[in-house]
Amino acid sequence: MTTTERVPLTAKDFKGRINPDWCPGCGDFGVLAALQKALAELGLQPHQVLTVSGIGCSSNLPGFIHSYGMHTLHGRSLPVATGAKLANHELTVIATGGDGDGYGIGGNHLTHIARRNVDLTYVVMNNQIYGLTTGQVSPTSRHGMKTKSTPFGNVETPINPITSAIMNGATFVARGFSADGKQLCELMQAAIQHRGFSLIDVFSPCVTFNHDNGYDFFKPRLKKLEDQGHDPKDWKAACEKAMAWGDEIWTGLFFQRQAPTLGDLEPVLAEGGPLARRPLGLAKEASRRILERMM
Amino acid sequence: MSSSGFDYAIAIGGAAGQGIATPGNLLSRIFIRRGLHMNAYNAFQSIIRGGHIFLTIRASDAPVHSHGDQLDLLVCLNQDTMDRHLRLMRKGTHVLFNSDAIKPGAAADGVHLCPLPVKQLTDDNRNKLVQNTVAIGAIVRLLGLDFEDLSRVLAQQFGKKEQKVVDENVAVARAGFDHAGGNFAPIGRQTPMGKKPLAVWTGNDALAMGGAAAGVKFYCAYPMSPSTGVLHWMAKNARETGIMVRQVEDEIGVAMMVIGAAHAGCRAMCATSGGGFALMTEAIGAAAMLEVPCVIIDVQRAGPSTGVPTKTEQGDLWQALGASQGDFPRLIVAPHDALDAFRTIPQLFNLVDRLQCPGLVLSDLLISEGTFSVDPDDLQMQPEIDRGKLVTTALSGQGALDGSYLRYQNTPDGISPRVQPGVPGGMHVVSTDEHDEDGVLISDEFTDPIKRRMMVEKRARKFDGLLQRIQAPVLEGPADAEVTLVSWGSTRGVIAEAIAQLQKDGIVANQLAIKWLVPLHGDAITAILQRANKTIVVENNHSGQFQRYLRGETGFTADASIRKYDGEPFMPHHIADGVRKLRKGSVKIHVPDQEVMV
Repeated sequence: MTTTERVPLTAKDFKGRINPDWCPGCGDFGVLAALQKALAELGLQPHQVLTVSGIGCSSNLPGFIHSYGMHTLHGRSLPVATGAKLANHELTVIATGGDGDGYGIGGNHLTHIARRNVDLTYVVMNNQIYGLTTGQVSPTSRHGMKTKSTPFGNVETPINPITSAIMNGATFVARGFSADGKQLCELMQAAIQHRGFSLIDVFSPCVTFNHDNGYDFFKPRLKKLEDQGHDPKDWKAACEKAMAWGDEIWTGLFFQRQAPTLGDLEPVLAEGGPLARRPLGLAKEASRRILERMM
Repeated sequence: MSSSGFDYAIAIGGAAGQGIATPGNLLSRIFIRRGLHMNAYNAFQSIIRGGHIFLTIRASDAPVHSHGDQLDLLVCLNQDTMDRHLRLMRKGTHVLFNSDAIKPGAAADGVHLCPLPVKQLTDDNRNKLVQNTVAIGAIVRLLGLDFEDLSRVLAQQFGKKEQKVVDENVAVARAGFDHAGGNFAPIGRQTPMGKKPLAVWTGNDALAMGGAAAGVKFYCAYPMSPSTGVLHWMAKNARETGIMVRQVEDEIGVAMMVIGAAHAGCRAMCATSGGGFALMTEAIGAAAMLEVPCVIIDVQRAGPSTGVPTKTEQGDLWQALGASQGDFPRLIVAPHDALDAFRTIPQLFNLVDRLQCPGLVLSDLLISEGTFSVDPDDLQMQPEIDRGKLVTTALSGQGALDGSYLRYQNTPDGISPRVQPGVPGGMHVVSTDEHDEDGVLISDEFTDPIKRRMMVEKRARKFDGLLQRIQAPVLEGPADAEVTLVSWGSTRGVIAEAIAQLQKDGIVANQLAIKWLVPLHGDAITAILQRANKTIVVENNHSGQFQRYLRGETGFTADASIRKYDGEPFMPHHIADGVRKLRKGSVKIHVPDQEVMV
């Protein structure tokens, strides 16, 4: 490994082989830019980073970053990212995707990765709509919203990813806004540096299919937790702030606590480096003991 | 068929919760330590307490491939067992029962009814499991073995508990041993010694050990009968073997976690049964498209749907053949027995690493939950490991960014060098969307029929010449046999025993046992079967899944079939009787009746 020969990088060094295919004005551009900047400012090298996504507009993100990447199945970024992180815990693993991918079809995995405290960062580009399938209701679409699959208005209640994640045991829960690159980049750096599972839910407007929750909706409403002296250790205050959805909607770091990660609690990882680099097969002594117990 | 002809089957019947596993383990250990071969089948239900459990342990000084056709000794732990099974016992057999609680029924002439006055023998011991230990003591005496043969395995079985527990069990067993000596006729034949002590394992142990030997570093699963034994072995041995073992929220997560770990560079494996396998199917296609090597085991049970969770079937062949949308090559292998399963896993890992594709294993309850003797000298714990074109050392360029490394390079053999994430210079994206050589999607705005065709052909080309690396099935038995029995997977052993039975009647049969289903040695199989006189396909399902697959792949239509789909495995005579019926006449399908209702 040549990781010691570090050259300071900029966000441009994380620019991928191709340009994003998102619609002009899509919030995901801001998320991609903030992530590239965060990786550079943390001093990471492209080969040290693995981005993992599911399927959807935002899940195309790994293709636009210069790093290792996996573009997997719809809703399945988190188990893939978990497997990769446990196999090589030296990798900086970042899962990305949208609200349908992460809170809908992949919701079960989010519940469990949160309680397991796997040391990786999950960035959800939440546009409150299914964009790639041309505009259907999503798990975060507001009650009453008219979409192609709810022409008379959505009768379901949207999920609250912030309170859900806190309740499920996530150790770092934040919300950003794609148009506020500075705050988002700071949150991403803090999340990547946080030891344990970190969720950043990002309002990332879909300018094509969600006309209810665009930039004009968010800009006058968004308030920053850091400006209000919110204590991220206070989970009750965090939940209260996360429930606000009206004239005031909060962004920033809602909740953070320190807890051992899944990797910390796995004796198999205690020594010997990443599993993926260890010699294969059974040691003679282990083989002998296994056979002895069968006799 | 054995050298001294010793072939003895003991059955223990009772309700779940009556502790049948322990006497089963004790007897298995006694037999293997004497160097006798053994094969145990446990007929049970999906219930933790109650129901009816019937464990058959067959021992011989020659290899045994099934639980056999008949019982020599029956232990009844409850009245239900006596009522159900006494009628199966023939002249010269023994029936042991707790005479305090169980009334014997009408036995056939010459059956030795052996009442055990358990209360009297154990000073009114209130432990409900005490009757089991008394019975074991009596069995050991009837077999003409030394009491020390039993006391040693009792010490091993209960050794982790306090000495008092060992002592109490030894005393109770001694009472049963002594009582049998004074009151019951011995079995009337010598229990032989084998050449050397053997070991004991289940098929699930074998699958797990095969993975460990192959270098699996990541195993995950969601519990599902009858595959859970693999998870148990892995969890128990995780620390000693350095394997990361995880229980995951569902089988979708299991398969995807395996893909993540495998892509990161570990050998990764998972096991499930048909229902869980159904949930994994999208992931199997993902592994094929991402070109990530992984091994997925389906331990088949009786289906469809929840089906019969504790009963066996070979009903998932078509599910494995068609798992996942799209058109892509995969590997499917159905080992014949536990030892074969152990040897197959490392071989399959070498193949999937080489071909960068998913490999599927079809086991079934019969193999996976069966308990078998094995010669430890037959276990190659350090098999050859070939990781194919895996790149783990730094490259000089910027990976896909400057085109210096192309993950899906269109090579002559279709296999592209695979860089392990974390390696400097190999940065790239793998994708379940169709992609170009550099990993960039062609599925959306860049769609290009020429590139799509190239990638489909590249993935398919990886399998060219593969048959040469996989042993072709061979005809076992005389080439000019009157009947050729065709099997796949777990039925090979029981068919061999059926063939031996037929031979005694002067009926000559041979067997063609198929293990590799994909790729299938179609030409070799056809060449053999075209020369056969009468071909009969034997399988544990209703619709003849393999028979239809064989016809589809080769155009060869077998003459007849023996099929069983009642949940219980074949016994040798089921197949022998079927051959007698089918060898002449116009009947096409024989479905044997299951006599022992368990």
